[in-house]
Amino acid sequence: MQPLPKWADLVLVPLISLTLAAFVTALVILSIGESPWFALTTMVQGALMTASGWGHTLFYTTSFIFTGLAVTVGFHAGLFNIGGEGQAQLGGLGVALACLCIPWPHWTLALFGASLAAAAFGAAWIAIPAWLQAKRGSHIVITTIMFNYIAASLLMFMLVDVLRPMGAQDPSSARFPAELALPRFNQIPGLDLLFPRSVPANVTLFLALAAALVIWLLLWHSRTGYRIRALGKSEGAARYAGIGPVKTTMTALLISGALAGLMSVNNVMGDAGRLLGNSAAGAGFIGIAVALMGRNHPLGVVLAAFLFGFIFQGGSELGFMTAIPIEMRVVIQGLVILFTGALDMMVRMGLERVFARLPRRPSKAKAA
Amino acid sequence: MDYASVLQLLDSTVRLSTPLLLACLAGLWSERAGIFDIGLEGKMLAAAMTSAAVAALVAAMPDRGALGILAPVIWGLLAGILASLAFSMLHGVASITFRGNQLISGFALNFIAAGLTSLAAQSIFGQGGRTPQLAGDARFSPVTLPFTDTLRNVPGIGPFYAEVLSGHAGLVYLAFAIVPLTWWLMYRTRYGLRLRAVGENPAAVDTAGVSVIRLRYSALIITGILCGLAGAYMSTALQAGFGRDMTAGRGYIALAALIFAKWRPVAALWACLLFGFFQALALRPDIVTAIVQTRVPGPILDALPYILTVLVLAGFIGKATPPRAGGEPYVKER
Repeated sequence: MQPLPKWADLVLVPLISLTLAAFVTALVILSIGESPWFALTTMVQGALMTASGWGHTLFYTTSFIFTGLAVTVGFHAGLFNIGGEGQAQLGGLGVALACLCIPWPHWTLALFGASLAAAAFGAAWIAIPAWLQAKRGSHIVITTIMFNYIAASLLMFMLVDVLRPMGAQDPSSARFPAELALPRFNQIPGLDLLFPRSVPANVTLFLALAAALVIWLLLWHSRTGYRIRALGKSEGAARYAGIGPVKTTMTALLISGALAGLMSVNNVMGDAGRLLGNSAAGAGFIGIAVALMGRNHPLGVVLAAFLFGFIFQGGSELGFMTAIPIEMRVVIQGLVILFTGALDMMVRMGLERVFARLPRRPSKAKAA
Repeated sequence: MDYASVLQLLDSTVRLSTPLLLACLAGLWSERAGIFDIGLEGKMLAAAMTSAAVAALVAAMPDRGALGILAPVIWGLLAGILASLAFSMLHGVASITFRGNQLISGFALNFIAAGLTSLAAQSIFGQGGRTPQLAGDARFSPVTLPFTDTLRNVPGIGPFYAEVLSGHAGLVYLAFAIVPLTWWLMYRTRYGLRLRAVGENPAAVDTAGVSVIRLRYSALIITGILCGLAGAYMSTALQAGFGRDMTAGRGYIALAALIFAKWRPVAALWACLLFGFFQALALRPDIVTAIVQTRVPGPILDALPYILTVLVLAGFIGKATPPRAGGEPYVKER
């Protein structure tokens, strides 16, 4: 059978998968006696029709770009980093320690320092699973799942027993100094015309977009990226070409962990202004859906992150405005992962049949 | 620490180990057949919600009619198994028929289950994603083993028999009975031999003229049933109803136990008892403090099963070798 044309593989397959996920979502909404059309309009209204909606959607988009990139880098090395959630939580710890322990003179320096800390903590949290994968062949999926739970316990311990200010009730750190608060979109000259009221979206979005560009350069225009992709395509061939699998596995996974950790700059420093329990709020897991949907390309990841930002913000709007519970967005997320990640072949097989029936133009290869 | 608190601790160890054990055996069947299943959690959750919901609905019927032949809790159990089976078959379609990525499929199904269960509970009962409290014959009642009263006064053994061994729901005894059954089926029957072979070298099984696809689906059916039992136990025996995310990572602890047990049924029993014991300890910080003489933070006890599993994976406590064909979809023609 003819392989699919490239455009169909890159655009048509994810679009059809997304349509299938949307169709099943509509069925679920119908089955609980609500109108899918009303749900969709509510989501669009709440996420894209007001300045505040955009402010939230872009805030979530920022987080999802980081975690999506984290999963993408892993996938290119043939490794499934399912532990973005734990790495993001540790990144949050790094941000909190950087903001609380060092007296930064200005938020720009603090942003730099906190980003370094977030990346370092995220990378440190994947270092043990990465080393076990590289050296001992322990499956990265299982170890990173275990590390997600260990991270949750560690954070709970840190928040309750170490970072909690004297006399405070809820498990959270002290507030960061006010002068370290990152400028939100309503505080940035120019953007403040579009966002009159306070929104959570902040300068970290630009950091995320820069990270996407850097990852694109890294993967396709650097030796390290070439090694990572070669390892992912075929370990045997990579090894034969003199690419050390241990070093490359470690590199790919440490970058992946650092990216997941960086996500915390957005929500811990940019929004909450202190470290709360469960700070990552599932964004680490959504990164998997984002990477799958974005076809493991940084540009695709940015677009998919925006889509999931919309689903996340629109979903919480559903919870407020309709009788559809907010859990709907978890279902949507699961369905997108299922259709784009696991049932990919189903869509592809169907499309191949369709394309085989189409009148065939002589391909360039044959002409040559 | 006195004898009474030791017995209490062991009693809750047995209670808390049971869902782990059922889920762990479920994972064992699937992974031995070469299908990774990180979706144990989702299947348990689906079964927990469905069985609590059906038990509650049947119990609330004024006139049960034909449904009256079985207690509501049994209808709940059957419905829970069906729900879990549905998820298991979906996993099969994605990972066997369409040769998709088994890890991603299991992961996606966990999300779908987590969302759908509280969605369904909310839209049926409108109590914030929970089912109503179950009582009477909508729950599994404790089974008192024979001779409990006769033996109770024997020093040492008597209270142990009465407190730890007796007085659990029927599903607990069923779970423990499934361990030797699994062992026997796996290692002493032709089906078990073929199943293990399909997890190690499916091409060899195929060459012998046995259907790889059919064997793998049959393993997933067993997985579905066992996860169904685990979930139903959670909501209709251990607790009295379904609550949002009530399995709280037990599917993953079961996975950890499976690795700890190196994919063997009897070892799985000990691993689940050990992890259940940690859970029981985490519920009783006072006992831990009394033993080690310092205050151990609860989160550290919660994290112990995961830390142990990482140590096993690292090869510090024996080497864990998964079934060789695990995670690989089988492609018949080349």
